[in-house]
Amino acid sequence: MEKWTKKDLLGLEELSREEIEHVLSTAESFKEVSTREIKKVPALRGKTVVNLFYEPSTRTRVSFEVAAKRLSADVINVAIETSSVKKGETLTDTGKNIEALKADIIVVRHSSSGAPAMLAESLKANVVNAGDGWHEHPTQALLDMFTLKEKIGRIQGLKVSIVGDIAHSRVARSNIWGLTKLGALVTVCAPKVLIPEGIEQMGVRVTHDIDQALKDADAVNVLRMQFERDESAAFPKQLEYFKTFGITSQRLKKLKKNIIVMHPGPINRGIEISSEVADGENSVILEQVTNGIAVRMAALFLVSNSQQE
Amino acid sequence: MSILIKQGRVIDPANKRDGVFDLLIEKGKIVKIEENITDSAQTVIKAQGKIVSPGLVDMHVHLREPGREDKETVSSGTLAAAKGGVTSVLAMPNTEPAIDSESIVNLLASIIKKDAKVKAYISAAITKGRDGKKITDFKNLKKAGAIAVSDDGCSVDSKTIMLKALEEAKKEDILVICHCEDHSLSKKGVMNKGFFSTKLGLCGISKESEYKMVARDIELAKKTGARIHIAHVSCKESVEIIAKAKAKGIRVSAETAPHYFSLIDESVSGYDTNMKMNPPLRGVADCQAIKKGLADGAIDAIASDHAPHTINEKAIEFDRAAFGVVGLETELAVAITELIDTGMLTWLQLIAKMSLNPSRILNLNQGSLGINSPADVIVISPDKEWVVEEENIISQSKNSSFLGKKLKGLIDYTICQGKIVYQSQ
Amino acid sequence: MSKERIILSDQDIKKILQRLAHQIVEKNINPGELVLIGIQTRGVYIAQRVQAIIKEIESQEIPLGILGITLYRDDLTTIGPNPVVKETKIGFDIKGKRVILIDDVLFTGRTVRAALDEIMDFGRPQGIELLVLVDRGHRELPIRADYVGKNMPTSKDELVEVKLKEADSLDQVTIKTKNGKVD
Repeated sequence: MEKWTKKDLLGLEELSREEIEHVLSTAESFKEVSTREIKKVPALRGKTVVNLFYEPSTRTRVSFEVAAKRLSADVINVAIETSSVKKGETLTDTGKNIEALKADIIVVRHSSSGAPAMLAESLKANVVNAGDGWHEHPTQALLDMFTLKEKIGRIQGLKVSIVGDIAHSRVARSNIWGLTKLGALVTVCAPKVLIPEGIEQMGVRVTHDIDQALKDADAVNVLRMQFERDESAAFPKQLEYFKTFGITSQRLKKLKKNIIVMHPGPINRGIEISSEVADGENSVILEQVTNGIAVRMAALFLVSNSQQE
Repeated sequence: MSILIKQGRVIDPANKRDGVFDLLIEKGKIVKIEENITDSAQTVIKAQGKIVSPGLVDMHVHLREPGREDKETVSSGTLAAAKGGVTSVLAMPNTEPAIDSESIVNLLASIIKKDAKVKAYISAAITKGRDGKKITDFKNLKKAGAIAVSDDGCSVDSKTIMLKALEEAKKEDILVICHCEDHSLSKKGVMNKGFFSTKLGLCGISKESEYKMVARDIELAKKTGARIHIAHVSCKESVEIIAKAKAKGIRVSAETAPHYFSLIDESVSGYDTNMKMNPPLRGVADCQAIKKGLADGAIDAIASDHAPHTINEKAIEFDRAAFGVVGLETELAVAITELIDTGMLTWLQLIAKMSLNPSRILNLNQGSLGINSPADVIVISPDKEWVVEEENIISQSKNSSFLGKKLKGLIDYTICQGKIVYQSQ
Repeated sequence: MSKERIILSDQDIKKILQRLAHQIVEKNINPGELVLIGIQTRGVYIAQRVQAIIKEIESQEIPLGILGITLYRDDLTTIGPNPVVKETKIGFDIKGKRVILIDDVLFTGRTVRAALDEIMDFGRPQGIELLVLVDRGHRELPIRADYVGKNMPTSKDELVEVKLKEADSLDQVTIKTKNGKVD
């Protein structure tokens, strides 16, 4: 990679294979920083990072905050309740106000798909998407890929199954874009109502059989099930879901192989994953959290030093 | 006042005329149409190389008055119509308040009388407040001047109430314009359901939500014998259902809007809120089916569904932005670019879809260049290319799907009731 | 066309490193306190060679660390080639150690400044000394080297290029002017 030219990190769809690999290799160098006694480097000293969160999220926000602080940036957290937005100022106005405070990087989480793109277009500040609607969650997918690469040594040719509510998952979409670009074979697995239309056109295989999805896979990414989201009867019930799609040690034992189990968190024990698996030797869930910091440091560092053409 | 239009190619589907003629207008009427008219006139328009046709009749326009004058007014909307070659509009009743009583029809009629630059007709609501519950008084609404009823923007969800409405419409002989959308299916959707909604992470609106309601309303029309008109047809299945119904002799007509035969759901990529409307832009196959439906007659009319919105309602997150786009000023050019240039329709067919047919559906004595017809005439430069820009949109709202696009065909003159109401610079 | 002039051959480099390693050993009586830290990328290769020579002399392996100083650079925000973050790996405690910091070329002194800051973030060494293969002058900071392979007066627009087998398939130091002319 000669130059990092992206002012913003909005999604993995718009990144090339080389760009994704560059983020991952940059993150490798950053991982070491967190093992030092003084866990801090001055790369973003004097820069201001604003975490603009329109959706409650502790773990992503904290991860970005830690990442920014380890780069010596000043971090400001702004949480805005979506319910108050109706009366309040528009997203663009809020963004411009934050920029007027001389913020350099805005990390945005929003319930509307496309909101970070809208912000990025109207601001000079770098925008990093921390999750928008059902659209993308690029840093989550990057940390998932980073973890896979660290564990297995490569992405090319890996078989990765993503299990859960694909329809409403930005994590799934970003993982699909990233993994397929890096040459992995991706399978999505869910009940029919949770598979969105046309997903195969994103280059994935679809199955409704969890054992099939696991049998073929080197790794499985288990999505958080949010039963409170959908009130319709078509949505499967919790217990029924765990029985048919839950990742349990019985299911893993049958495989007679080592499969990596990932989860973006927070986990629902006994709903999409059993406690035994979540805490077991296949699970890399806590390593994902650690790697998230390195990946987000890389993301902040790269956009901050981007050279636009 | 007399106007003589010399040597234009006259397109008049009502009289099956397509050829070079002179056309003389006097006292608001067409008085002569001959190969060479030597009479003197106050105004002479040289129309060599241009198209001369009846003024367009746009049967689906949101003028927003009363109540949302920040988006559009009768005055600004009809001026935009004149610029687009439209000499008659049908104003939709989803105003604030809705046009659901005689007094509001009267109010709007008085505004039209005062402000309208072209002819404006009124559609009243089917139900009180357009909430799908209580039917309005069709008899008195008609008496006050409404020429159709519609809850446009919403379907009448209840089949029982729709049945009652159609029975009443049959009795009063008033046209019912159906916005077909099963809300239990479209729910919180903001764009067409398919690969692109999946990719963009936006909630999808299935085609089913449209065509199932088209089928229901046609079934009720058959049962009651009422005249119905299906508004803004956007998908292949709807076209097929309508074609079958027509073949069976059911009294149904249909319209589509220019964006449905020129744009597809892929255009939403980038979250452009000017690509957000209801029904949504569909897929390639649907776009082609709409064109085919226009060519084979399943779809009778092209109407703009001109839906002005302020920038505050559009320059926001895609899922929160208002549905709808302006269209009066671009509809003819889009149609020329997409339908004439591609050979899908002949000029006679196109002008019929945009003038004669809607006029007939609405029982208006328009869309014809016959002797003694009202002098609603337009002169078009059919080959002139132009780029749609915010600055050249005169509607109060600029939410056009075609911003930045190059289109072909520009209006030179719009003559309404014998008066020049628009003239290009 | 830019002309190149060879300043140091592979034999020269070999001799110089021998000499520098001996100087280090002479000056530091207790090799147990000594650690080497090479600056990415070519400083690391020089450090590895120095490490090997010292091992021959003293039959003792001096710990070697790697320093990627990108994150400590003072010119991150100015226009320039996009920074590539290279790895830092210091697998030992530097507290109380005598650090020999190693780089290929000493120029403005800014890289060394960044390296000193980064080393300090790892702990408090007893002292830090600097070893460079080539000192070409034009310092912008008050920094000098303790062990210099070759002092080489240059003009500011000249380019000193160090090639080492580990990365470049040969050992050689050249000088060339950016506009192609050699004075």
